[in-house]
Amino acid sequence: MDLVANNLSYKPSDQYHLNEVSFNFKEGNLYTILGRTLSGKTTLLKTIAGLLTPDSGEIEFDGKNFLKIPVWERNVAMVYQQFINYPHLNVFENIAFPLKQRKIDQSVINEKVMDALKSVGLLGYENRKIQELSGGQQQRVSLARSLVKNAKILLLDEPLVNLDYKLREQLREEFKNLFSKGLADETILIYSTTDPRETMELNGEVIVLDEGKVLQVGPAKEIFENPNSLKVAEISNDPPMNIIEAKISDNHISFEGIDVEAPQHLSKLTEDGLKIGLRSSDIELNENGHEFEVELAEISGSETLLHLKRGNTKIIVSIEEVLNFKINDKVKINFKIDRAYAFHADGKLASSPFGGLNG
Amino acid sequence: MNKLYIFLKYFFIVVWTVFVVAPFLWALTTSFKDFQSVNGGVTYIPWVDFEPNLEGWKVLIKSPAKGGVDIVEPYFNSLFVTCTASLISIILGTLSAYALSRYTFKAGFVKNNDITFFFISQRIMPPIVLSIPFFLFLSSINLLDSLTGLIVVYIVLLMPIAVWIMVDFFNKVPREIDETALIDGCNPYQAFLKVVLPNSIPGLIVAGMFCIIFGWIDFFFAFILTFTEVQLLPVKIVALNSSVTPWWSLSASALVSVAPLIIVAFIVERYLSKGNLSGAIK
Repeated sequence: MDLVANNLSYKPSDQYHLNEVSFNFKEGNLYTILGRTLSGKTTLLKTIAGLLTPDSGEIEFDGKNFLKIPVWERNVAMVYQQFINYPHLNVFENIAFPLKQRKIDQSVINEKVMDALKSVGLLGYENRKIQELSGGQQQRVSLARSLVKNAKILLLDEPLVNLDYKLREQLREEFKNLFSKGLADETILIYSTTDPRETMELNGEVIVLDEGKVLQVGPAKEIFENPNSLKVAEISNDPPMNIIEAKISDNHISFEGIDVEAPQHLSKLTEDGLKIGLRSSDIELNENGHEFEVELAEISGSETLLHLKRGNTKIIVSIEEVLNFKINDKVKINFKIDRAYAFHADGKLASSPFGGLNG
Repeated sequence: MNKLYIFLKYFFIVVWTVFVVAPFLWALTTSFKDFQSVNGGVTYIPWVDFEPNLEGWKVLIKSPAKGGVDIVEPYFNSLFVTCTASLISIILGTLSAYALSRYTFKAGFVKNNDITFFFISQRIMPPIVLSIPFFLFLSSINLLDSLTGLIVVYIVLLMPIAVWIMVDFFNKVPREIDETALIDGCNPYQAFLKVVLPNSIPGLIVAGMFCIIFGWIDFFFAFILTFTEVQLLPVKIVALNSSVTPWWSLSASALVSVAPLIIVAFIVERYLSKGNLSGAIK
């Protein structure tokens, strides 16, 4: 049972929320919609759920016109980024709600709700009020409520974004287990996120969305290794990929007075306006490197993010240890230039170290 | 610091309580007085300061033929009109408010906010402006001096209050709750009845309280739109007054007329603190 969309567009004001979005989702697969905030992820999920009607385009599920079926008959499930539950019901009643709506036998409901509670690790909480639970637990309840329905389409709209770091890691791990545990066999899982790391870990088929437009579709690894444009490279890296305006000639890349030998996959490019893309993790501190000035140093977890400047070129370097720098300190860095990407002036990928295009 | 805070807190509560309760105590003692004890200086304690009697209360239930002012029928008229009008206003008002909060209406330049403002603008007009149209309207449909006519007028007056309060309340109920209900298999009516309404009880109670209070205390329209067939309590109480002000029966009638509001307030108070929306969205 496939979920097929053709040229979905939705433009409630002067900006597109969806712009000619098409896809073909197959059952038993996990699809990750990666995009920045306001890129149209939630709009897309709500359109699939039936909460929004697109201005134009079609959605078909199992060969039937999905747009003609009202939300309450679509058999989809959705988890919001806010922790949405029914505050007047306790945990058990919350999870039982969609089943009661289908007039299922009470004994079957009891069994299913208990199963769902078990799978999200909330056994023993069934009589608690929603208000008494922590954020993570509340999100587990809404996950359980969406699992209990055996919906054919499960939509997860940034389900982890409002949780703290540790809970996020833990729930993400549990999600992965749930997804791999048979649940996925006949379900289409659609997971939206802004987090590239999450996208790579979930390792599904990725749809990169920006300003309502699909920029690239492909397996997570492919998106990471061969982003087809500057924008995708920015969206699929956190911190965003460093973009350096450089010149390539005579097998040499030069910018801001720095001159490095071009790796093989970049050596054939000679056009004007080339942009070199380099991940923040592909730059390292090195005594014999090029001198940059520290603009800002932020420590996040066990990582240090260095914002550096040289002339008009600004870059971010991530270092896998906690280091202290002062603003205006001079540091020396080296580029792992064989990992560099090149983009044409119009933003399209020119060459990637993983064999994209000219490489 | 902490002790001072507690002292000030209780001091304020005591002062405020005295401030609020004193008029009631004054009315209560006065209602058991007669002409002599009212005019015989300041007295508070029955049997000690003055000899209590029930004359002030008896007048309220005695028929006019026996020299009383029978307020029993107007009392039940008022109860009936207020409750019916409030109930209908709450039902219609809640439905309109939900629609105004969740759906987008557009007729030319008129949008949701304009419609909501139109409702409340009915209350901005001075009542006297409305009295003539209401009078003519009711007389044209033969409902002057009738309970039904009063109920119609009170619905017009009370529904804007219900709409105004409930629109504000529904706007604070996250839309995602309705959407989740739809996704979980409710049609829009079920989503409203099974999910939105149970979470709106505090709002309904506040709106209901306001409707009941405004309906119960209205004198103006009850006075203009009724003559002999039907009378409401506030009008009847005014009729108690005569050349010698009967403070005792006025006090007694004041007490019986606030009684329903006090009872409603006590019943409702516990629900107001319950059932908040925390936990719906965090």
